[in-house]
Amino acid sequence: MAEQKIDLRNLKAGGFIKERGKDLFTVRLRVPGGRLSVDRLAKIAEVAQKYGKGYVHLSVRQSIELINVNFADFDAVVAELGEEQQKVASCGARVRVPTACGGCEYNPNGLIDTQKSALEVDEKLFGTATGHHKFKVCFAGCPFDCPKSSINDVGFQGAVWPSLDADACIGCGLCAKSCTEGALAMADGKPVFDAQKCIYCGDCIKVCPTGAWSAAKKGYTVRIGGKWGRRPLVGTLYATFLPEERAVDFIAAVLAWYQEKAEGAGRVRLGDIIIREGCQSLLDHLRRDFAGFVVAETVPPQVIVNQIPLPGQA
Amino acid sequence: MQTIDLRGVTCPTNFVMAKLELEDIEAGTTVEFLLDDGEPVKNVPRSLKDEGHKLLGLKEQDGYYTLLLEKGAD
Repeated sequence: MAEQKIDLRNLKAGGFIKERGKDLFTVRLRVPGGRLSVDRLAKIAEVAQKYGKGYVHLSVRQSIELINVNFADFDAVVAELGEEQQKVASCGARVRVPTACGGCEYNPNGLIDTQKSALEVDEKLFGTATGHHKFKVCFAGCPFDCPKSSINDVGFQGAVWPSLDADACIGCGLCAKSCTEGALAMADGKPVFDAQKCIYCGDCIKVCPTGAWSAAKKGYTVRIGGKWGRRPLVGTLYATFLPEERAVDFIAAVLAWYQEKAEGAGRVRLGDIIIREGCQSLLDHLRRDFAGFVVAETVPPQVIVNQIPLPGQA
Repeated sequence: MQTIDLRGVTCPTNFVMAKLELEDIEAGTTVEFLLDDGEPVKNVPRSLKDEGHKLLGLKEQDGYYTLLLEKGAD
């Protein structure tokens, strides 16, 4: 066997992606939730300058990718990035680095700490081999859903359930005006709540001048089975108000079901396995440990007819 | 009472204008803002509340909104 010039352990989780051209690789960096300190960013810039092409690429899932890195420099790149605790990301049939919006610390729309959740998932589940295909997770802070929870294998969306203290309400009507879903209307000078229409965005709570509206409960709305790519699927609803501290366990439970049910299926994403097995099987599996949060029923991932040829065409 | 007309001004310019106007007003004073329907009436009251002002009421007339507000302490 030839003498090993590089440490192959660095390649275990992937993240080194073959480029066109001899010896050259893209090195995808691990940036859970897309947040990184300016010091880390400076270190990345330094390494990119020294070993790369002179530019970086921002991946569509919030990673920074170093371009045109010679494979002989892998060990040096890993070591120098390590000086600022910057790690290399994953690729292939593994749990990918979770994406997240800015969360709730500075963004006025954010209902939940998505950055914290992304870091927890990254710490506990990063790089876990699925045995089948890639597995993507994202955290959106509110129903605006900038991270696009429905096109992830498991997508989380921050949610609050509003509750009114009628005595504190001054009948100003701001909540009804703010509610874009039509879940609130004014009648006799007081807001009337139609729970069926509420999507848990909390806009009523945010605008209420007196604090008459408050959050009775908070957590994640969870959608499962989405993906993009050649044959997109829109993920569907599996849980509501899942407590943030249970997100990691929830993902692990979905992953266990996927690993078992996709056995022998080859390179198939979770959504397609749900279509094959039926969503009831996954609902039943999740209900064992998350009974209070799993919805009574759901529908399979939704196929979008956006691929050529158009229906009816040859 | 001072009336600040923010009709025809889009987000976030309307909010920044409201902030600038409020700088010259004493805490505890009540003022009213005229706001367009749509994004302005949805966003501006919430942002002003977030800045520590007290929202007192909202009423609609002729397709626009009047927001009554008491300036908060700095």
